[in-house]
Amino acid sequence: MLDHIDLIKLIFGRLTWDAIPYQEPILLFTFIGVAIGGLAVLSLITYFRLWGVLWRDWITSIDHKKIGIMYVILGLVMLLRGFADALMMRAQQALSFGDSAGFLPPHHYDQVFTAHGVIMIFFVAMPLVTGLMNFVVPLQIGARDVAFPFLNNFSFWMTTFGGGLVMVSLFVGEFARTGWLAYPPLSGILSSPDVGVDYYIWSLQIAGVGTLLSGINLIATIVKMRAPGMTMMKMPVFTWTALCTNVLIVAAFPVLTAVLGMLSLDRLVGTNFFTNDMGGNAMMYVNLIWIWGHPEVYILILPAFGIFSEVVSTFCSKRLFGYTSMVYATVVITILSYLVWLHHFFTMGSGASVNSFFGITTMIISIPTGAKIFNWLFTMYRGRIRFELPMLWTIGFMITFVIGGMTGVLLAVPSADFVLHNSLFLIAHFHNVIIGGVVFGMFAGINYWFPKAFGYKLDTFWGRCSFWFWTVGFYVAFMPLYLLGLMGVTRRLSHFEDPSLQIWFQIAAFGAVLIALGIASLIIQLVVSYQRRESLRDTTGDPWGGRTLEWSTSSPPPVYNFAFTPKVYDTDAWADMKSNAYARPLEGFLAIHMPKNTGAGFIIAAFCAITGFALIWQMWLLAGLGFASVLAAIIIHTFNYNRDFYIPEGEVVRTENERTRLLESHV
Amino acid sequence: MDSSMTRRGLPLLSAILLAGCNTVVMNPSGDIASQQGHLIVISTLLMLLIIIPVIILTIAFAWRYRKNNTKAAYEPDWDHSTQLELVIWGAPLLIIIALGLVTWISTHTLDPYRPLSRLDEQRQIPAGTKPMTVEVVALDWKWLFIYPDLGIATVNELAAPVDMPIHFKITASTVMNSFYIPALAGQIYAMPGMETSLNAVINHPGEFEGFSANYSGAGFSDMRFKFHGMTTENFNQWVQATKSGGTALSRTDYLQLEKPSVRDSVHHYGSVDADLYHAILNRCIAPGTTCMDQMMATGMNGKMAQHHE
Repeated sequence: MLDHIDLIKLIFGRLTWDAIPYQEPILLFTFIGVAIGGLAVLSLITYFRLWGVLWRDWITSIDHKKIGIMYVILGLVMLLRGFADALMMRAQQALSFGDSAGFLPPHHYDQVFTAHGVIMIFFVAMPLVTGLMNFVVPLQIGARDVAFPFLNNFSFWMTTFGGGLVMVSLFVGEFARTGWLAYPPLSGILSSPDVGVDYYIWSLQIAGVGTLLSGINLIATIVKMRAPGMTMMKMPVFTWTALCTNVLIVAAFPVLTAVLGMLSLDRLVGTNFFTNDMGGNAMMYVNLIWIWGHPEVYILILPAFGIFSEVVSTFCSKRLFGYTSMVYATVVITILSYLVWLHHFFTMGSGASVNSFFGITTMIISIPTGAKIFNWLFTMYRGRIRFELPMLWTIGFMITFVIGGMTGVLLAVPSADFVLHNSLFLIAHFHNVIIGGVVFGMFAGINYWFPKAFGYKLDTFWGRCSFWFWTVGFYVAFMPLYLLGLMGVTRRLSHFEDPSLQIWFQIAAFGAVLIALGIASLIIQLVVSYQRRESLRDTTGDPWGGRTLEWSTSSPPPVYNFAFTPKVYDTDAWADMKSNAYARPLEGFLAIHMPKNTGAGFIIAAFCAITGFALIWQMWLLAGLGFASVLAAIIIHTFNYNRDFYIPEGEVVRTENERTRLLESHV
Repeated sequence: MDSSMTRRGLPLLSAILLAGCNTVVMNPSGDIASQQGHLIVISTLLMLLIIIPVIILTIAFAWRYRKNNTKAAYEPDWDHSTQLELVIWGAPLLIIIALGLVTWISTHTLDPYRPLSRLDEQRQIPAGTKPMTVEVVALDWKWLFIYPDLGIATVNELAAPVDMPIHFKITASTVMNSFYIPALAGQIYAMPGMETSLNAVINHPGEFEGFSANYSGAGFSDMRFKFHGMTTENFNQWVQATKSGGTALSRTDYLQLEKPSVRDSVHHYGSVDADLYHAILNRCIAPGTTCMDQMMATGMNGKMAQHHE
């Protein structure tokens, strides 16, 4: 009996030495680079004795500000990986014509475009958005932390370990070769028997838990923890968009979890949800994944809209035009985003009436979106516009985004979509709205709130370089793709025959190089700003003449954000306080009740990642152990009653006196 | 700042606009695709009515209300105007109402399932014309075209007489693809176990590109074929040549053909098993498998029988 159990198989599952792609030079050199870089970072941390600091102050931190910053760092790091994929694709398509096969065989190229999409959406855009919401929302509503601080830390680590699994697939096994939404039957066990799709499924399942929990957390925070006086219609617009985005997350992500769950059942235990035979239907997968996928687009863009609203009104030194209609526009978009999913596959062959319905609902979304653009426009009208970096990104956004919006509405006309669907026109469209909307929004936000987070502004020169490289690079990279789409060139091709197309791909590749310079400028900007931090220092806590509560506290804010919970009387609470000669209280401080750091989130998430890895490779023993460890760690954590502490009155007084001194010395 | 953006953007934009007018999507050779091309132009023009003013106003306001221009009016507390809000919501609404109407009508008239109502803008379909049926099967990674009325089939080559309505019935063998000939008409998905259809007509003779427009795996990039629009005479000759020169396509041959392969050359079949397409669609090519339609019919009857008990 015993010799029927293959011990090696039980322990290692499908994992063999063949899974290590040492025969692929690109991956080999990447691995060597990553290994050397990783070792360097690890030894630097050891040399400067930072492990303790890292563990105590960051990894186990439940401070929403630090978690927000870590999310943004995660997003920026993953941006480098996702963008490396983009450069490889642009290079391949610029080279692979006629007899030349380029440098990436389909087996590798198909993983690259899949990974690019997955990473950019799930591990760049989502962490940046979540990070900014995490950092800003509690400050904007006058709260001391989010509603569930431990959950926040756990969510972050689930997202990070999910992203980590995608990175592992680079060197152990391979990633999916299915496109970023992994449509079956291609992603089914018959067409994709290897581990690629399993990496896809489990990294998204793990990260998805994090996203969902962080959504619940932020909704609870916004609904329950606003400062007294801040009614719903007095909330800052960014908080409004954050609320709507998190409602979307909570309603949409379970659908993704369920659909990926069904796909993994099809793959693992032979169910027939999406298979060709036995009554399975792949169209169901496509419908379900887009019922998540379309709201996902708005999950990303709504917070960006919120950032632009804050930035425009701050840098025009003016109240936001049409606050009420801005709020209603956001809510209408939230609701409508659930009624449009079918526009991603008009070409599946639904009837004309179904297609028309979804086409028209899609167009209707452009009405509130248009209203928002006009509201920003009329906020600029009769303002005093300071072209600081956040405002520059905002202007770049307004001009770029309307072009993407226009091509989007064009694609919503079903009969036009039949000729443009899946073409490079489509690729140009969604990069136009994601780069021109989400990415520009995130950069506006990072430049805007950086002084709040770190106490000094970002360098303007390199910031401007970054802006111009990104903007010009975007147009050079993607306008040719619009054109190629009209030439009938479809997406995801790794080789072309028609030599007349090559020049356009070369221009696009040049655009990608410009964007690379934009990213490099961003990194230089961060380094230079750090070096010049003394001259860029913000001692006031309000470097831009801000209008919302986060600017009323110091930069960086104390752990407890606000010594006294502010009272709110107007939408722009801080502007209102300033105009009414608000005096900062200098005495009467009390001890402050705060949550305590814990390593539980990191540990549970790490066990989840191990379980995921084991499931991918079908190491059943390890999977069982991993799952048991997850449960055990959760149960043990529930017995941890040592979760809170008081910041003593003396320390609060010291912190606040320090701020008083700082404010007085720089009048 | 703004002027340098315009300086850089305009030449690129105009080059792209010029090149864009002469592409296969905007200037195709089949009536359905031309109507779809016109639709793109009409929709774009409708939207430019609002997009161009927005871009101009953004640049104009950014310039006029810059901080250093102290001559410009400054009203820090002005944040509401009912009239303006009506325009802000009303103008996009009007455009979308117009575009919505265009959408509703065009989606129905250009529905790929709808039999053609004309040959092109000037010509109606002559009375008594029966469309030519072509059964399309997307395989890994090549295209099989079966002409049931003519009893022939081809791999990676499609031909049709000019000004003859074509009725495509489309399915796939293993994974999802999309059947697309930009010069002829918009695409439609090819899905295993399911049938979609497309009605179209080619108005000019010529050789056109056809391909899969939905990523389907390793051989996807080379999943291309030539579509020949031919005069009736040439087409008849082509059919004769295919009939006499081609081999037979039986179920056994199909099982061989179905196996994944890349860059297959054009192949002609002079005869085809009569119910081959039906068997592919219903996934019962392999000996001993039950066809899906039969299985469903049995299921339905079983249910009915239970009801009557």
